[in-house]
Amino acid sequence: MNLHEYQAKQLLAQYGVTVPAGEVCDTPEAARQIAEKLFGSGANLVAVKSQIQAGGRGKGTFKSGFQGGVKLCKTAPEVFASAKAMLNNVLVTRQTGPEGRLVRKLLVAAAPSIKKEFYLALLLDRVSSRPLVMASTEGGMDIEEVAAKQPEKIIMEAIDPAVGLMAYQGRKLAAALGLNGDLINAAAKLFAGVYKTWWECDASMVEINPLCLVESRDSRRGLVAVDAKISLDDNALYRHPDIQQMRDLGEEAPLEIEASKHGLNYIKLDGNIACLVNGAGLAMATMDIIQHCGGSPANFLDVGGGASQEQVAAAFKIILSDPNVKGILVNIFGGIMDCNTIATGIVVAVKETHLRLPLVVRLEGNNVLAGKKTLADSGLTIITGDSMADAAQKVVKAVN
Amino acid sequence: MSILVTPQTKVLVQGITGSFGARHTLLSLAYGSQIVAGVTPGKGGQLFENKVPIFDTVAQAVKATGATASAIFVPPPFAADAILEAVDAGLELVVCITEGIPINDMVKVKRAMEGKPARLIGPNCPGIVTPGPGKDSTGGCRIGIAPGYIHKQGNIGVVSRSGTLTYEAVWQLTCRGVGQSTCVGIGGDPVNGTSHLDVIKLFNDDPQTHGVIMIGEIGGSAEEEAAAWIKTNCRKPVAGFIAGATAPPGRRMGHAGAIVSGGKGTATAKIAAFEDAGIGVAATPSVMAETLLKMM
Repeated sequence: MNLHEYQAKQLLAQYGVTVPAGEVCDTPEAARQIAEKLFGSGANLVAVKSQIQAGGRGKGTFKSGFQGGVKLCKTAPEVFASAKAMLNNVLVTRQTGPEGRLVRKLLVAAAPSIKKEFYLALLLDRVSSRPLVMASTEGGMDIEEVAAKQPEKIIMEAIDPAVGLMAYQGRKLAAALGLNGDLINAAAKLFAGVYKTWWECDASMVEINPLCLVESRDSRRGLVAVDAKISLDDNALYRHPDIQQMRDLGEEAPLEIEASKHGLNYIKLDGNIACLVNGAGLAMATMDIIQHCGGSPANFLDVGGGASQEQVAAAFKIILSDPNVKGILVNIFGGIMDCNTIATGIVVAVKETHLRLPLVVRLEGNNVLAGKKTLADSGLTIITGDSMADAAQKVVKAVN
Repeated sequence: MSILVTPQTKVLVQGITGSFGARHTLLSLAYGSQIVAGVTPGKGGQLFENKVPIFDTVAQAVKATGATASAIFVPPPFAADAILEAVDAGLELVVCITEGIPINDMVKVKRAMEGKPARLIGPNCPGIVTPGPGKDSTGGCRIGIAPGYIHKQGNIGVVSRSGTLTYEAVWQLTCRGVGQSTCVGIGGDPVNGTSHLDVIKLFNDDPQTHGVIMIGEIGGSAEEEAAAWIKTNCRKPVAGFIAGATAPPGRRMGHAGAIVSGGKGTATAKIAAFEDAGIGVAATPSVMAETLLKMM
């Protein structure tokens, strides 16, 4: 699960990380009121930020033609106008795809006077199975580009999960980023807060980009998380009921939400051959073999190790809701799962959905003969495949 | 010989009275595996199916039965505790089948296991099978959830992150009359106990294993690390397949660990590493066995 920027900042603030003053809203009038408060308490500039879960917002374009999903404003009326242009409009960025995302909420926040920008992230290092801090002086940039072009500019510090991020490691990182004076301890405190957010919220990644060195009007220096992104470990959500409340279904594909209700793992892709498979590895491999045979997969769909007839029927309805689908490939290796249960489920689903598209089924494993007989006796036009390759070739041929 | 387990290995099952654990314990017993004890806290003193004694703790079960391996079927919130209980009881091998364990729990478990002699396989894995000599490979050691009957005793090692792709490879071998020494599912999570490389090293040292099928998928760099070692050290032919070439970046493909993030962990990079190491790359998952057999 991913969080919006304003939600990520709420969590970080709870762990002592400084974020710019601001509030979230969903009307231009509310945006204006928040801006008046911020200007009233000394802000020179106020940022209006579209809340969608995709990067590249600043350089994005609304389908209305309005440029920029993030605007810096000098007056409250300007904030009102920007908010009006953004809310309930679709923002297209380099990460949203051409369909873009509807902006339902805005974060209106004070824009501090920035002296320097840094990059900071906490993530899991899969090689060492330990948390890792990644930091860079190249803040505000695409970190993947920095990693590719100037790897020496990325500083890493591994964390021993038995003791957590120690203060000395925070000071070491601060010094490596070129900070000095009272900023050394301020940075160490901030890093500790970010680590605590990552660990206690069971995040898979916390990213602050940019982390900014700011100066107030009385020349006091500080570190502020100007943008923030948090992804959470879905396996751990059960122990965070408060964070579960933050889930925004508007950011998720409707078919994927429907699939999760039936215990199915579905991801929509751009192709036209739908697949229904048991097991995540086999499901990926089925997509791959469709492409290898010259076709294009319409989805990833894992029905799991113990799919019921009802789940198979639900899976059919979900893949058929995708208007691009021109053919279906069912690939089941029934190890323990009874192939006949799957075959019966397929027959029911085909009848219920009045399926007219070509359907290729490859069944292998436990009770396979009974399963094949059920398909053959159904009177339905079902093409059978003897192997994965045979089935993939047949479905690609049927679609073309 | 075989790796990790033999038909004589004494196995205990943590979570033996849960529906998932019970079902697969029955299948393992039918396969002829030595399931000598079960552990369910609070049910100590009872018998599972009138034959397998149940204990309250792993330590009690080990003391009474001499079990050296454990299969864990407990639900995700209790799995980390179950793994460390097995490690603490001195088991040599701990196989965690449970899917959905919080990643930070596994980070803690791995840290706590540092320096301990126990080996963890999984979590989120199908387990281990060393096929036996009987009909449909019965008489072997089956720890986990793999279908026993698809196996055949023989000389090919199989290692994979995915359950169903392991079965696919095993079935392709068995249908060609080629048996397996041991088949190991290492699991689809980003933090796991045993890597592809760990298993490859065991196969390399096992005289009964003459060739290996290694199945990988997108995410992480475990396949690349194994390939680099194979290139200079492996004395046996290895064929492989990488799943997920068509997976969109940034999306988790079913397995918690199967994700291309920040341009890392792509199928293309893994296939290139396989080719560079002289590993036979199966162009499709349909030809995994064929690719290896051509090399032998």
